Order: sequence, then structure tokens, then C-alpha cells
Amino acid sequence: MTIVNTKLNRRSFLKVSALAGGGMVLSFSWLAGCKPTSKEMLEMPKEWFELNNFIKIGENGAVTLYSPNPEFGSNVKTSMPMILAEELDTDWKNVFVEQADFYPERFDRQFTGGSQGIRQGWTPLRTAGATARAMLVAAAAQTWNVSASEITTAAGQIEHKSSGKKAHYGELASLAATMEVPEEVQLKEIKDFKIIGNSKKNVDGVKILTGKPLFSLDHKVEGMKYAAIVHPPAFGMKLKSFDKNSVSGMPGIMDVFSVSLFNDDYNRNFFDTTTFPEIIAIVGNSTWEVMQAKKNLKVEWEKAQESTFPMAGRGGATITATVPAGLENTSSHKERMAEFTAKPGNILRKDGDPEGEFKKAAKIIERTYTAPFLAHNTMEPMNCFADVKGDKAVIYGPTQAPEFIMGTLVQALDIPKENIQINLSRMGGGFGRRAYSHHMVEAALISQKVQAPVKMVYTREDDMTSGVYRPTYTATYRAALDENNNLTALHVKAGGIPETPIHPNRFPAGALDNYLAEGWDIPSNITIGAFRAPRSNFIAGAEQSFLDELAEEMGKDPIDFRLELLKRAETNPVGKNNDYDAKRYAGVLELVKEKSNWNSPKDNVHRGVSAYFCHNSYVAEVVDTVIKDNKPVVENVYAAVDCGIVVNPDAAANMGEGAIVDGIGNAFFGELAFENGVPSKSNFDKYRMIRQKESPKKIEVHFVQNNEDPTGLGEPLFPPVFAALANSLYKATGKRYYEQPFAPQLEMQNLKM
Amino acid sequence: MAQYNLNINGKSLKVDVDTNTPMLWVLRDHLDMVGTKFGCGIAQCGACTIHLDGNAVRSCQLPVSAVEDAKITTIEGLSENGDHPVQQAWMEHDVPQCGYCQAGQIMTAAALLQQNPSPSDEEIENAMNGNICRCGTYLRIKAAVKTASQKL
Repeated sequence: MTIVNTKLNRRSFLKVSALAGGGMVLSFSWLAGCKPTSKEMLEMPKEWFELNNFIKIGENGAVTLYSPNPEFGSNVKTSMPMILAEELDTDWKNVFVEQADFYPERFDRQFTGGSQGIRQGWTPLRTAGATARAMLVAAAAQTWNVSASEITTAAGQIEHKSSGKKAHYGELASLAATMEVPEEVQLKEIKDFKIIGNSKKNVDGVKILTGKPLFSLDHKVEGMKYAAIVHPPAFGMKLKSFDKNSVSGMPGIMDVFSVSLFNDDYNRNFFDTTTFPEIIAIVGNSTWEVMQAKKNLKVEWEKAQESTFPMAGRGGATITATVPAGLENTSSHKERMAEFTAKPGNILRKDGDPEGEFKKAAKIIERTYTAPFLAHNTMEPMNCFADVKGDKAVIYGPTQAPEFIMGTLVQALDIPKENIQINLSRMGGGFGRRAYSHHMVEAALISQKVQAPVKMVYTREDDMTSGVYRPTYTATYRAALDENNNLTALHVKAGGIPETPIHPNRFPAGALDNYLAEGWDIPSNITIGAFRAPRSNFIAGAEQSFLDELAEEMGKDPIDFRLELLKRAETNPVGKNNDYDAKRYAGVLELVKEKSNWNSPKDNVHRGVSAYFCHNSYVAEVVDTVIKDNKPVVENVYAAVDCGIVVNPDAAANMGEGAIVDGIGNAFFGELAFENGVPSKSNFDKYRMIRQKESPKKIEVHFVQNNEDPTGLGEPLFPPVFAALANSLYKATGKRYYEQPFAPQLEMQNLKM
Repeated sequence: MAQYNLNINGKSLKVDVDTNTPMLWVLRDHLDMVGTKFGCGIAQCGACTIHLDGNAVRSCQLPVSAVEDAKITTIEGLSENGDHPVQQAWMEHDVPQCGYCQAGQIMTAAALLQQNPSPSDEEIENAMNGNICRCGTYLRIKAAVKTASQKL
């Protein structure tokens, strides 16, 4: 039995006085038009009674659950309310889900990123549901004059068996809303879960399939203006001047002006990574008209000088950040990365005497892996609606991180945060890109300038060429083998522009007596940011490709070799701070071995394996490739995942499948290069995305069944697939793939891609 | 600017827009039908797919002046109650993740099945290859097209 104290997250369970009483918390006009319509649901009640910030119940028993975190496709808008509904012990059919807007006074951590939504929401959401349930029980006890401990609940019904008294939640909601919030509540036993673990359809499914407005790009209000932007054509360039007259006569064009994201004295936060923050805005009467004007606008750009400013670094401490001057090139990036690879890096972890072992090694294997910059390419381009009038601002847009853009908005608009309301739209993809929400600041500044509601839209070209990119990386792995072909030391040196991808305390650290990890980084003026499983999305591919080659060199089965290392880490770990559970790690390898029937592959199938731990979860994957009509085809992918309890299994499998497709796509095709600061690709005609034909023909996602609290899911299936694919392609073609993307090398081997 | 009489989802609608305005923006900005999505603007991603006389076309490259005599169907008009077999199959397979590309995927799939009610795997892959899904729901899309084809 789990008893939780409600004091820790108390603000989530207490009603905020200014908002309490009326029942309806959200009063924004666009919500009126988007009530759920599913036939299965109860009718809308006449009155809502708010039990806490997450839950309100109508007199007819209907339940509204607020999903706190922004939804970018990871299913939190369905899965988080499922957790609430479970502990509330209501019937899912009675539930309406609404997206909570940004209310830091009411909700903790309204952030979508780092695969932490369900993990960090787990206990608070369970507690919120159980708290509301306890208040309903207390209301029944008071009404029926019986002991609360004799009352049971099930599927939104409440019962006192010995007296035969029964009611549904709606009948007790008004009294329950007045009950004191209990100091402690009891959570359900996992074995009693009825909603968690039973797949529920996406709560926005019907709206998505029928084209209802859900995204901020779909939003419109009376008198709204449209805005396009023009950003510097190259990283390293800034605005010199523009000729307003070049577009002022064009149809529908109202105004042209420049806006800048940051004040000089502003202390930037971790997500304020935009390197050249001044853009030009064109405001007019329709999207098409402002996009036409954008093409005609005459602008002069000039080279930017180096700039320095205070900024929060990783971990929060203020650092002095520098944006260097210059127009960068991929060719010079590669040269500089090779220079850094050749010289000593910063030692991030050292166990034993790796240098000594390398000196006396019978054999040394050394391999270098690289990957380019990547664009996120969310299908919905950056956009935002803003209505700023006087000292008030309402902003409705796609953001993963409202909390982090609030400070940027406050300094840019010079409006106190109490007067800025950020409302959260469904996002047409995120992948980390929308943790950097400067599109919201741009829209707000444009609206402030014209004092009218504005919807700002990036073209695809704006979206692809203005950042925020996954950094480019390189990693060199070295292994020392003795005369008996035993592994005696491992050395990794890895860096990137502008960060190292190394996680020094992850596997294989802890499994090796002699281990050295070194990192380095090269500054750049290209805007970078988190991209699905930051750093892991590269280093997993390098590490797991190297281990595959090492296993082959040592004459071992690649799964057995990894299991041996993990056994060592489990039974006699080397060093401290190893941040993984070797047993769970081995567990997913064993599961994928079983599910893929590893030891007896089908004829003509070439298989590769890979396993990785990130975002608190363990994933092993096997990729099966066949060569069909001279073309590599991914026939099947098997994934074994240990992410603890799975809240919404079918949606979880969907996301796992998506992460695998995403990984295969980026491994084959993903690439962005630079020439004189200009990104090499600006739209999908050049930037090759994985499509239906290149998708794996089958994917199986298997979850380890256990009762561990849930951990990350959106990211962990992504990093390992790069190496599983590379190792599988090696079996198919006899060639190792060290450089992403793989497609150009496969084409060099006369394969069709 | 010019007046156009358009036949959209069985209704006759009037707009007054520039001759070159793509149907995508006529629908979204002028007729408040926002189910058709903007993805790339160069007919490469399929998010803006609509039906023009029953054929799947990219509305971002389709000027309003070219469609006056044609019958246009958008996601809003694919079915009256969201119960077109393709929409039902999409629901059954719970296809969407972010959902942004799905209206375009559905319109492409519906046009395919209209012309070829029992497509092979390869025919589905070919027909759906023009629609990018950044979330990678391709397998579910393919499965849903198959399910829908069995219900037609």
C-alpha cells in the first residue's frame, strides 16, 4: 500500500482563489468551439465543481481532466489524464480532456522534453486523482453519516455496501469540492489498475481525422493580421537595412519593421540559443500576401561582430556566452574536428590505467564516427498567435517549454509576467525544436508593434534555415586487446560543434577495469539545440557500432559480448556514479534476443543489434535488412523496451515505431551542411526525409513487464537504431558505416537508395 | 483581386482574392477551413492534399484561378460525420502522433481507394510516398489503408 503526503505538490491540489468558484477555468473563446464530440461521452453538465487543479466533475458525473503538459505527439494529452482517471477511479467514458494552459501557480513542470512527462508526472498525477477521490468519499461519508473507510468506489460510482447507499460522483461533486484536502492519501495497488495499461485512443483523434482546428496555425480571431518574417540568410550575418518601399505598394501589406529578441542587459536562459536575434516582420491581411511581399523585400545584410552576453549554462549557473564572428563551412568544421580528435581532450572519466594497457596491447582497434547537423523539420512550421495590447499579452502557440519563454517574453515586451498569458496549442511535432520558442516572442513583438492580434508563420524555408539544429559530432573509439584477444582497455574521445556528446558514466563505463572518456567542443555561431535524445542520438550509434566491430574481432556473438560486459557491471562494477542498472540493461538484450529469434534468422536476412540506456529507460533493437532489387530494405525491427509501467500500451508502441522510423530516416538521409554560413538545404525537395517506401516493413515493440515506476519513452528508442541499422548493413554489404548519413555511401556501392 | 465561385464540399462558395492565390490559403485564410495544412509550399510533403474532381492534388501549388469549374473536396467534406471508411480505419489503428500531416495522408488514401479499392502493399507505398509523416507513423498508415480497403 502506498500512502503519499499531499504537501509536496500541494499547489496542484489547492484551488487558486482567483480562479476557483466559477467552475470553468478556461474562458478563452476558441475553446468554446472545440468541445469533445464523441458519442460515447456523457453530455456536458450544467455545472462543474472543481476538486483540484486537474479535476472538475459535473453534476451528471462527467469529469473534465486537465492535461498539464504541452502535447507534441507523444500522447501525454491522453496518457496523463489516464493516470488521473485511474486514481480518481472514474470511468474513462465519462472523461473530457482539456489542454491546460500555462499556469505555473496551478501546475508543476509544464514542460515536454527529456522524456520526463510521465516519469515526473506519475506521482503528482496519481496523488491528484487519489486526492479528489478521497474528497468524494469524504463527502459521501458526511452525507450518509457513515465511516469513510467503509466506502468503496468503482468507475465513477460510490457505494456504502452495508447500508446499500449508492451515488455517482456527480451527485457528490458539489459537496466534495468544499471538503478539506486530505493530508495523506492512499494510492491504488498496481494490480488494481483498470485504466493504466489498457490502451485508450488518442483523445484528439476525431478532431485530427476530421480537420478541426487544433494547432495554433489554425487559430483565427476577428481583426487578426498575418505576419511573415525575413531572417538573416546566413549564420554570421545581421541586418544592415531594408527598403520598406520595395513592398509598401503590394496588395494587403500593412507594415514592415524589424524586431529583436533580446535586450542588451538581459540574462539569457538555457533555451535562448538564437545566435542572430534580429529579424524583419512583414504584416498584412493574409498569409499569401505577406509571403509574396517577403520575396520582394529588399534587404541589406552585413557581417556580424563577435558578441558576448550573460547566459544560464547547463545546470543553471550564469556563464558568459560568446557568439563568434564569421561565416562557417562544413569543410572547415570537418578539418577542425579532425584537429581536436588528434589532440588530448578534457578527461571526463578515467578508471584504472588505460594508457598503460594501450602501451602493452597486442592489438589496438581504432575507429572514428561522425554525424552532421540535423534540422528538426517539424511538419507544422514555427508559427504563433499573439494579441498584445497595452500592458497585456495573450499568446497561443506551439511550445514545449512555456516556463522558459516567459522570461524572454517579459524582457522583450516589457510587460510583467502576471499580464502575459501563454496558452498551449497542440504542436505539429516538436522533437526538441519547440523547447526553443522564440517564434512566440517574435509574434508577440509584432503584435505589440501593430497593437492588433497577429498570426506569424514561418515558411518551410524559414523553418529549415534559421536553426535550431542538432549539433555535428565526431567520436573516436579505441580498444586494447591482449595476445589472447581479451579486451583490456577502452578509450573514447568525442566532441562536436558546439558540444561533446559524451555521457561519461554510462555503459560501457563500469564494465571495464581500464576506461578513459575525453570530451572537447568547438564554439560556433550556428543556432543549435536539443534534438530527440540529445547527444545520445549520436554517441549511441558510435558506441554500439564499435562494440559490434569489437565483438567480431574477438570472435564473440554481439549480444553475448554485451551481456558479458553487463554481467561484469552488475556483479563487480568498476568505479562510482555508474548511472544505469546493468541488470535491466541486460534484460532488454535478452528479451530482444528471444523475440527476434536471434540465433536463427531467416534466409537472406542480415541482422544487426544495438542497445542503449537513456532517459532512464533501456532499449535493445535488432534490425533485419534484406537486399531486394539491389536496394537495402529494412524488413523488420524488433525492439525490447524497459520503461517501467506502460500507461497507454498501443500509443507507446506507436511512439516507439515512430522513433525507429525517425532513426532509420536520419541514419540513411539526415544531413544539413553549411557554406559561408548558409544552410545547404531549405525545403523537402533537397532535405530528404524518410517516406513510406523506405519505412521498415514491420516493427515489433516489446515492453518488459514489471512494476517499476514509468520512465522515458519518446526518446530512448531513437538512439540505438542508428547502430542496429549500421551493423545490419555491414552484414548485408561487408562494409562498416562510420559516417552519417549512410545513403551516399550505399550509393557508392552501387546500391539504390 | 478577382471574384471566384468555388464548388467545395458540395457547396458553392464565393471568394475575392488575388488570381495567383493557392487554394491552400484560400481555404485556410479566406474560407476558415483549416483542416488542410501548410507544410512546405512546394508540393513536396503532401500536408495540403485535397481532391480536385476526385484526384489527390497539392493545394499549395494550385492557384484559385485554375479550379473554378472543378469539384473540390477537403478533409472537412470527406464525410459528413467523420465516418468515411478511411477515417474509421485511421481511428481503429490510432494512427496519429502529432496529427499534423494526417488530413493530407487521409485525403491521399481516400483518393487511392476511390481509384483502386484493393491496392497491393506496393501500390499503397507508391501512392502514399508523397506524404511525409515526421512522426513516422507509416506502418500504421499502411495498415489503416488496408483496413479501409477491406471495408469499402
